[in-house]
Amino acid sequence: MPDALALTWRQYRLERRMFWRNPSAAFFNFVLPLLFLAGAGAALSGNQHQLNRLVPMIAGMSVMSTTFTALAYNIVFLRERGVLKRIRGTPLPTISYFGGVAANAVTNTALQIAIIELAGRVFFGIGWPLHWGALVVFVVVGVVCFAALGVAFAHAIPNFESTAAYVNAVFLPVVAISFYVFDSSSAPGFVRTIAEALPLKPLIDGLSGAMVSGSGLGGHLDGLAVIALWGAFGLYLAVRGFSWEASRT
Amino acid sequence: MRGIDITVRRGEVFGLLGPNGAGKTTTVEILEGYRTRTSGEVSVLGHDPARRSIELRRRIGIVLQSGGIYSHITPREALRHWASFYPHPRDVEEVLALAGLQEKADERSRKLSGGQLRRLDFALALVGDPELIFLDEPTTGFDPEARRAAWETVRSLRALGKTILLTTHYLEEAQALADRVAIVKDGRVLAIGPPRELMAHPPGGAAHYRVAYRGREGELVERETDDPTALLHELTGEALARGGRLEELSVGRPTLEDVYLELTAEADADDLAGTRADEGRPEASRA
Repeated sequence: MPDALALTWRQYRLERRMFWRNPSAAFFNFVLPLLFLAGAGAALSGNQHQLNRLVPMIAGMSVMSTTFTALAYNIVFLRERGVLKRIRGTPLPTISYFGGVAANAVTNTALQIAIIELAGRVFFGIGWPLHWGALVVFVVVGVVCFAALGVAFAHAIPNFESTAAYVNAVFLPVVAISFYVFDSSSAPGFVRTIAEALPLKPLIDGLSGAMVSGSGLGGHLDGLAVIALWGAFGLYLAVRGFSWEASRT
Repeated sequence: MRGIDITVRRGEVFGLLGPNGAGKTTTVEILEGYRTRTSGEVSVLGHDPARRSIELRRRIGIVLQSGGIYSHITPREALRHWASFYPHPRDVEEVLALAGLQEKADERSRKLSGGQLRRLDFALALVGDPELIFLDEPTTGFDPEARRAAWETVRSLRALGKTILLTTHYLEEAQALADRVAIVKDGRVLAIGPPRELMAHPPGGAAHYRVAYRGREGELVERETDDPTALLHELTGEALARGGRLEELSVGRPTLEDVYLELTAEADADDLAGTRADEGRPEASRA
């Protein structure tokens, strides 16, 4: 299907262009995690052990924000504005549309991870990733998982005005519990169990292994399985529940 | 919907006319492939729209009642992008000109006015050079000048040999544009035919001409008649005989509005009297 492929590429280019034209989206995607990194990094300055833990945490959070958060926002906006409905009426293949949207999210995540890695290296003495292969695997699986969950979650959001509330009600607790459990060995057992069952903590573990600790892919296979399961669940919900138009009620 | 049987011919402008909630949008959305029908048969250019084949979508253009566009895209970019979906698109510059958007071609869409966005809707539906165009309430919210401009666009599309299915609740619009109209209410067709014919021979009633004039006390008199010739003869004869004038004399031909009001009122009366057995529960939600 060379035609569908060419259209995916065109859709991708359009998504990129639209992304850069929206300064607030660009800000939330790139600047916010960097501010986080800078703030926490300054506080932990001199403690290399802590800094080594901080970088994969921020990287994991970035994967979630560039996919889950960004896609939930985008899909709800486009749905409520009637853009999705209009696109659905054209011969643009559904696969090309979502291919372009997904590739756009992947690009943002890749850029984000690169920026964090570079900033970590320049400012906080983090080394180059020890396992490039493991890094790629975890980023790809993480992106697919959170992107699918973001699209699926968009379905639960009734209108654009409430998007921030809905997204943050998921994003902030997941980030908080995952950071806490990843960083503290004294977390209560049930909290640890919850965090391990959610996709973000295993992703941070995997990124940490690939970027700083050097434990590679082998030690994180069960974590990878958790992320993949969430991804499958998300894909199922994303496809099943997808709504191309605003509800009329 | 309770069952609508309509055939739109190639090259005509067909108007679906009815009050809000009559089932116009539901009907059109079934034809466009947005909704699936619960029963009945539908064929659009030989395709079943419910299958949503790409082949069919390449041949139709849709102007939605409220379709949005990316906030940061310009009309030129949007048209170029949309054009790439179709095998034989029209020239983007030509479409910009047709829609009257040349001056705004490089403006971000969020800075466009409501009327300009509506013209962009038209342009996006046309850029694929479709054979069949759906226009759902294309001029709702337009000022009179913008409405005339939109009508001109529709006429020029018709001149290009396009088939157009138009829904509207403006009678004037249907009368001005449509070769044939179907008057629908509560999910069924009350009348179908060319506006001129519906006006001349309204189904289920005589055509009423309206004759109005000032009476002797200066009061406005309005009379309805099937035969204005005889009435005018009587009135003018009387006036001449007493040496007076018929001030503000006017004769109004029956308009589509008269036909429409009469038909929809009848339908209401029928429903109230319960004389008409329901052909079935309304199956699709209201439009």
